[in-house]
Amino acid sequence: MVLRLLHRAMVFVLSVLAASVLVFAFMRVLPGDPARVALGINASDESVAALREQFGLDRPVVVQYLDWMRGMLTLDPGIEFISKAAIGPQIADRLQVTLILVAASMLLAVVVAVPVGIWMAVRHRHVDGVLMSAASQVGVAIPAFLAGIVLISVFAVRLGWVPSGGWVVPAQDPVGFLQRIVLPSIALAGVQAAVLARYVRSAVLDVLREDYLRTARAKGLRPVQALWRHGLRNAAVPVVTVLGLQLATLLVGAVVIERVFVIPGLGSLLLDSVAQREILTVQTVVMVLVVATLLITFLVDALYLVIDPRLRTGSR
Amino acid sequence: MSDTAGRTVLAVEGLDVGAGHTPLLHDVSFSIARGERVGLIGESGSGKSLTALAVMGLLGEGLHARGDVRLSGRTPATRNLLEVGEAEMARLRGDAVSMVFQEPMTALNPTMRVGAQVAEVMRIHGTRDRAGARARAVELLDQVGLPDVAHLARSYPHELSGGQRQRVVLAIALANDPALLICDEPTTALDVTVQATVLDLVVRGVQERDAAMLFITHDLAVVATVCERVLVMYGGRVVEAGPVEQVFADPRHRYTQGLIGASDLTGEQGRRQRAALPTIPGTVPAAGRFPSGCVFRSRCAHETAECATQPGWTPRGAGRVEGPGRAPGGDTQDEGAAGYACFHPAGDAA
Repeated sequence: MVLRLLHRAMVFVLSVLAASVLVFAFMRVLPGDPARVALGINASDESVAALREQFGLDRPVVVQYLDWMRGMLTLDPGIEFISKAAIGPQIADRLQVTLILVAASMLLAVVVAVPVGIWMAVRHRHVDGVLMSAASQVGVAIPAFLAGIVLISVFAVRLGWVPSGGWVVPAQDPVGFLQRIVLPSIALAGVQAAVLARYVRSAVLDVLREDYLRTARAKGLRPVQALWRHGLRNAAVPVVTVLGLQLATLLVGAVVIERVFVIPGLGSLLLDSVAQREILTVQTVVMVLVVATLLITFLVDALYLVIDPRLRTGSR
Repeated sequence: MSDTAGRTVLAVEGLDVGAGHTPLLHDVSFSIARGERVGLIGESGSGKSLTALAVMGLLGEGLHARGDVRLSGRTPATRNLLEVGEAEMARLRGDAVSMVFQEPMTALNPTMRVGAQVAEVMRIHGTRDRAGARARAVELLDQVGLPDVAHLARSYPHELSGGQRQRVVLAIALANDPALLICDEPTTALDVTVQATVLDLVVRGVQERDAAMLFITHDLAVVATVCERVLVMYGGRVVEAGPVEQVFADPRHRYTQGLIGASDLTGEQGRRQRAALPTIPGTVPAAGRFPSGCVFRSRCAHETAECATQPGWTPRGAGRVEGPGRAPGGDTQDEGAAGYACFHPAGDAA
């Protein structure tokens, strides 16, 4: 089991390295040199040369890459080309906001989808189960940004229950924080909950047909007890896979939703940096998103080992 | 009920099972006494497993049972199990009646240690406290002949072989000393070399507890070694019943005759006499497609017009009973388990 974890950890580290090379390379193969791109067409040759020298852009590419990597590993990726603001603290602030948003959405999705999915599976022959299943099918098709806009127009504009957007730090104003996070979380969680519920449903349906569930009944457990004690852990394996994918999707989805709800998260930072041609910032934010996604994959792999003992040993 | 009722563990009377309007079991009646081992044989689709699941109250969704099923375990059989609720049925399952299934590879929860799976059945029924159940589970695993049980109890099912897993399932089934053990082809999925050992453990476990056993199989040789009495099922009906030696040596129902002819019970001599084993012509019809009257007549060489009506139950040694219905006389019913339902029985001057 330790070997397997080490193996997965190695895969994680190598993936991060490969991704960093790709991200760095993409930024460098953009036409023109980064300093020119950053300063714009009208910049004088002197100012471009000055920027190149200041940020070491005249050094060999490999040295620049290693320099960037060192900055990332020491959690100090440097300062922005134009505004000269430190990139590290900005990302830290924005990441916090995005993580809160993503965590809230994921939590919401799980809390709704797991019971609903189980219910749909157990009642799959009954009208209510089929109706819920149909509703979830529709939910799958609603994009997050559309849900966000509809939620704003109904609950913020028409009913005026909550602000239409913005952000406050939870510690400073818990009520204001909750008021502002509820709509974007619902918008982000909606599709995910619908998708997740369908996966939970099919996983539980599969488990309900398993022989060991009949054994559990034969031991004297009632159907719900048998599902609870013997079914859910087994159903969790495929569901965890989907959860991992969904977390990654949520990170990306947050970029859009932060725009819709004017939330100062990582997504907003990324889009702002693109607009202002802060190449180093863009590069670093993309890298942070990539690492987060790979980390989720690694954690999901580790979670498999905890859930399913069959995966711990070499053979299946 | 006669004086033997005190020893009767399971009494099934007129059990019908159907799916929607399709009848699957018809008027199945039999009883098993304490310490008695009864085989239930027949081809696939004859209703053997369905009978077992109906007794356990574990019929799938969409299946309904009618009739009378009584079980006297720790408490006397006062109620028809088909009418008690799921809560009461759950209290009996794993306690007064337990079951060993056919496929050991999938019968255990893959994410739970086997010791815990054995201990669980004692915890469910409150027969032991947590520590007691854990200790007893190790003992039970030892009793079913598993090696290094202290360590093995902490294994997961995938770390055990099929034979070992079936022993674990058996340990679970025996944990609460059931009054009735139902085995549904417990050795069919196992290697031939392991079969005999597991069968031996089943018989020993049942004997030690003086429990009744219903043993489902299509292997007649297994019935001959394990059981004292046998029920032959076809088309959802019991077509013949009686002591194993009697039924196998002198089958009356034409289906039983075919079944025994198609198996290899006659030994060396019989094998030399013929090149291939004879088979019963045709195949078992799909559920609900059995002919009216005698369910076997569509495959029977002795069919006559008479067979279009349901043959009555003829107790062995008695004369033929005319017309549909069951054998007259309540008291002969006990022995009466021995008998058959056929208009043209083998053996007689038919």
